[in-house]
Amino acid sequence: MYNFNKLYEPTSVEEALRLKKEHPEALLLAGGSDILIKIREGKLAGCDLINIYMLEELRGICLEDDGSILIRPLTSFTDVSMHPVIKGHVPVLGEAVDQIGGPQIRNIGTIGGNICNGVTSADSATTFKTYDAVLELTSMDGIRLLPYAEFNLGPGKVDLRPDEIMTGIRIPKESYENTYGHYIKYAMRRAMDIATLGCSVNVRLSKSKDSIDRLRIAFGVAAPIPIRSTHAEESAQGHALDAALLEAVAEGALADVTPRTSWRASKEFRLQLVKELARRATKAAVEKAGGTING
Amino acid sequence: MANKNITCTVNGKQRTFAVDVRSSLSDMLRGNAGLDSIKHGCDVGECGACTVLINGKPFNSCIYMAIWAEGKDILTLEGLSDTKGTISDIQQAFIDEGAVQCGFCTPGFIMSSIPIINKDTPSSREEIRKQVAGNLCRCTGYEHIVDAIEKTQKKRIAEKKQN
Amino acid sequence: MNIIGKPLNRVDAYDKVTGKAKYTPDLVSPHALHAKVLHSTIANGWVKEFDLSEAWKVEGVVDIVTCFDVPDIQFPTAGHPWSTEPKHQDIADRKLLNARVRCYADDIAAVVAETEIAAEVAVRKIKVTYEEYTPILSIEDAMKEGATVIHEEKPNNVVVHSSYEIGSFEEAIKEKGLIKVVGDYETPIVTHCHIEPANSFAYMEDGKIVVVSSTQIPHIVRRVCSQALGVGFGTIRIVKPYIGGGFGNKQDALTEPLNAYLTTRVGGRPVRLAYTREETFACTRTRHAMKFHIESYIRPDGSFAARSIEAYSNQGAYASHAHALVANSVNGFRMMYPVGAIKGEAYTVYTNMPTAGAMRAYGIPQIGFALEAHVDDIVAKTGFDSIKIRKQNMMKLGFVDPVTTITCHSTGLEECIDKGEKYLSYTKKRKEYEKQDGPIRRGVGMAIFCYKTGVYPISLETSAVRMLLNQDGSLQVQMGATEIGQGADTVFAMMAAETVGLTMDKIHMVSKQDTDVTPYDTGAYASRQSYVSGLALKKTAETFKKKLLEFAGFMLKCDPWDLDIKENYIVHTNKDERLLSVAEVALESCYSMTNSQHISAEETHHCTDNTYSFGVCFVEVEVDIPMCQVKVLDIINVHDSGTILNHQTARGQVHGGMSMGLGYGLYERHLFDPKTGRMYNDNLLDYKLMTALDTPDLHADFVETYDPTGPYGNKSLGEPPTIPVAPAIRNAVLNATGVAINAIPLHPQRLFGAFTDAGLIK
Ligand SMILES: Cc1cc2nc3c(=O)[nH]c(=O)nc-3n(C[C@H](O)[C@H](O)[C@H](O)COP(=O)(O)OP(=O)(O)OC[C@H]3O[C@@H](n4cnc5c(N)ncnc54)[C@H](O)[C@@H]3O)c2cc1C
Ligand code: FES
Ligand code: FES
Repeated sequence: MYNFNKLYEPTSVEEALRLKKEHPEALLLAGGSDILIKIREGKLAGCDLINIYMLEELRGICLEDDGSILIRPLTSFTDVSMHPVIKGHVPVLGEAVDQIGGPQIRNIGTIGGNICNGVTSADSATTFKTYDAVLELTSMDGIRLLPYAEFNLGPGKVDLRPDEIMTGIRIPKESYENTYGHYIKYAMRRAMDIATLGCSVNVRLSKSKDSIDRLRIAFGVAAPIPIRSTHAEESAQGHALDAALLEAVAEGALADVTPRTSWRASKEFRLQLVKELARRATKAAVEKAGGTING
Repeated sequence: MANKNITCTVNGKQRTFAVDVRSSLSDMLRGNAGLDSIKHGCDVGECGACTVLINGKPFNSCIYMAIWAEGKDILTLEGLSDTKGTISDIQQAFIDEGAVQCGFCTPGFIMSSIPIINKDTPSSREEIRKQVAGNLCRCTGYEHIVDAIEKTQKKRIAEKKQN
Repeated sequence: MNIIGKPLNRVDAYDKVTGKAKYTPDLVSPHALHAKVLHSTIANGWVKEFDLSEAWKVEGVVDIVTCFDVPDIQFPTAGHPWSTEPKHQDIADRKLLNARVRCYADDIAAVVAETEIAAEVAVRKIKVTYEEYTPILSIEDAMKEGATVIHEEKPNNVVVHSSYEIGSFEEAIKEKGLIKVVGDYETPIVTHCHIEPANSFAYMEDGKIVVVSSTQIPHIVRRVCSQALGVGFGTIRIVKPYIGGGFGNKQDALTEPLNAYLTTRVGGRPVRLAYTREETFACTRTRHAMKFHIESYIRPDGSFAARSIEAYSNQGAYASHAHALVANSVNGFRMMYPVGAIKGEAYTVYTNMPTAGAMRAYGIPQIGFALEAHVDDIVAKTGFDSIKIRKQNMMKLGFVDPVTTITCHSTGLEECIDKGEKYLSYTKKRKEYEKQDGPIRRGVGMAIFCYKTGVYPISLETSAVRMLLNQDGSLQVQMGATEIGQGADTVFAMMAAETVGLTMDKIHMVSKQDTDVTPYDTGAYASRQSYVSGLALKKTAETFKKKLLEFAGFMLKCDPWDLDIKENYIVHTNKDERLLSVAEVALESCYSMTNSQHISAEETHHCTDNTYSFGVCFVEVEVDIPMCQVKVLDIINVHDSGTILNHQTARGQVHGGMSMGLGYGLYERHLFDPKTGRMYNDNLLDYKLMTALDTPDLHADFVETYDPTGPYGNKSLGEPPTIPVAPAIRNAVLNATGVAINAIPLHPQRLFGAFTDAGLIK
């Protein structure tokens, strides 16, 4: 039995938006795999909930007319990783969320919840960062499109207004076209674990497949929020596919990350992982793109 | 707290339960339906002992709200054997392979293994391990559990080929 | 033997795969009240005052009990047989709820309410005023001059300090030409992780307090509850249904004493006290963290001339099993390599950490790690062969331990080593892997162990069994020995069938213990049951068979000496001709108009022997240096546990133990806030119990010996498999990288430090 106070059960997004406006303090209940845990812990005991889990309108993935990928927030991790659009265009996203928890968590956990929960370890976050995802934030007043780059304000804090519901995540065509990505989740266990460090990389190679046309890289748990590493990206731009590329990316990454020491891992160890994951993820992405790292 | 009627299919039968809306699915299935095979090792989605199938997929019933069960098709371990006591192949494999020790994780493991044994192509042991990684067992080291699932999957695939 | 040794399916497996097996939570009355304990938010100090006003306002609250209300009785909790000699009795150092707070999350008050939520809410609304002292978390801090006294009975915080010396260490080290090797080793606090959390429910009936509980030791828990409440043993009744694992945690009184008390406060209404996973981790028992200092003096021929050990065991807040653990560790140090002069010294020290208690293999995984790591350190320093030096110095057949008199009645250790070596091609690979460079390297490692069987002569070993003949010729077997997942009921059924002469389907194990009717046995621990309780069962079966044959003789008008029972039939001794079925005898004996007898037997076996089991672990690993990760590529345990009673369940025990050993070596540890003593990782997401995906394929093999003291040639198996794994992994990492790491687990953060220090990571 969960110790919450009121439960609102909208049957449409419209009703949910109205309820959210009327009860801005009420929390949206999606798959619940963050919120229900916090209620059990007592952190959110006695809260009010708006149950959106049953709103089918908010589920599913499609390719829009302009070629952008639209992911509705209630799509489960399992459905994200199995979906042909994801497999066809951004397989790395499916691979990333396939490393979340275990099968049961991947069935209940939603992609929207992962983003809106706002933690730096969220396994989908780095890939969305690297793909310059755009969030669709809806309220009674309309839709606000926000680059995901601007969404995370601090640990567990996101730019979601009290009357808003996230109704979609978009990845523009220009962003995913001809890219190959790789995600490495570094954790203590191979399942049922929160990342000690996460690194998502995607690359677009030059036509001759011998240099980097564009590289994008993001880290989770390397800073209070998931971050892109612009230094690494800039130093990779136009770089030949060689050992120096991996070093340049690793060094560039170090310039952007600010990991901290916690009881889970020390700052120094996380820095070691930043370098190593940057190298390995870049190498893997390049290889997926049909390139080879020489030397 | 408000009560609500939830209608769903449980182990093949349509049922309606009046539940406190704060109930988890496991509260409803254990408390209202008496399906005690569902075990609780953590109550927060970390151990898998409470796993049931909802529309064929494994979920932790401790972190699944009872109200979400409306219209769903739910299968628990009790649904795998009939009133005569005949059990399914996967249950028999758990017995024969020695995959059961204290037995507290067993119902959850058997439920998680159903989607695996229903596959048309054989899974590697590594894939099987991944598909049951949301279920923790302290007794067995998983060895005999993986054996039981692997053998049952092979058996079913062979049977499908014959038919 | 006809039945013993067969890989038969478990007798409880059907119930467990169908959900019919009932565990404590499945038996709770739907109208039970719910209790929640208020745990302290400081680790060291006193509760000065409570403000209960807000808590009482919560709808549904029935009772609130604080540490100022409970009986002023200190009681022990350890699952040891009681001793009638005061100096051997367990330390009575806690009350049902404690005003003197000795660890973070100590039990200080409890709420009983109509619903779980009401109890939870009310507990949160209790306001507490504390007098707070700085928490003492380490052994060093606890032993410092002037450290805050945690229990007034032990003014220097040392629970017990003990020592022994075999021969003269000082004399022995004077020998010329000895090589000295010194090492310091450390093991972490880990936890049992049984999947069923600690829980019980209690009610009153017939003037008695009944506690249904997930315990390994119903008869001991009855005694502890009676002591805690200050009532007679007979006033308490403990019922133990199926349990979802224990591993030693439930070899301690956990929720039962308080719950027994709570029901008396609410007029005997049923009260459920179910710990959450978080409470089970933070507020029950843990495995003792230990530190060891070992010095060895080795002769040029590889023989051990002298060895010494100093051991420190972090007991945490309450004594529980206390010094018995580290005493076992330093004894194990001596027994494994019982040559040359040996001295040992051990300290058990109170701190403000969670209470440590029994856990699978009771102090031996700790010393097993330290000792077997140390032997490889000797090998690294001297260049001796790692297998030869072990074989040369290890315990041999006929060894009698000078301190405990425990005798080596059988050993297959040498064959175990050979089997493991061959399986892994250890010697060859070890050479190959010695000189590698590059970021990813391989290594092999091994470790051996010895383990006692039961607790004699340190404590009492006693067991009683009752057998009752049913009218259909089947047999009820009642035992105080408990099924906790290890397969006890299955091997007991096999023993009964074997000795009486029945088939397995005729044996009904009464799996549930009820101390009102169950014969006395101390319960499941120390890998004792198949040995000690097995001896009691065999004795009972023999008496039972004799009585049955007497009645058959009466029916057949012949001398029972000429009769035997085979596969449910009375036969002529040495002839297979069936004279009568046991079912016919059973029916007649019950309903006979001339000679009605209810055939039953009950015997006690007071066991005054003990024996060693042995085994090895061989493992191959791959170390990814920049990623600070160890991957197990291949692993095997080979055990000499005497006769293997049932190969299926035995393999299962070995796999489970290996997995726990892998966790101990690579993943598991509890972490604490150094300022407050609060456990950081009190849940299954943060406590790294290996998932199926983290676990390699596990290989188990046996070398079967016949132990003359075991009922069927068998000796301990339940706990031992967990012992040799962690040191074998550590030694494999040493082989792979040249880096000797003296603390476990070898988790990435530790490897990062070690590899950085060794210059492997720059
Ligand atoms: C055992 C376990 C293991 C886990 N392992 C992982 C892991 O490996 N990796 C990982 O990243 N996470 C992990 N998680 C965390 C969790 O599963 C994910 O963060 C998941 O995505 C949360 O989604 P949800 O819908 O279940 O959450 P909810 O709890 O329903 O929602 C999470 C937050 O987002 C808000 N929210 C949800 N949907 C919307 C929306 N559409 N609009 C606005 N706000 C919204 C909610 O109000 C809430 O604050 C784990 C959790 C558990 C219990
Ligand atoms: S009880 Fe549901 S996952 Fe543990
Ligand atoms: S059989 Fe005991 S936890 Fe799996």
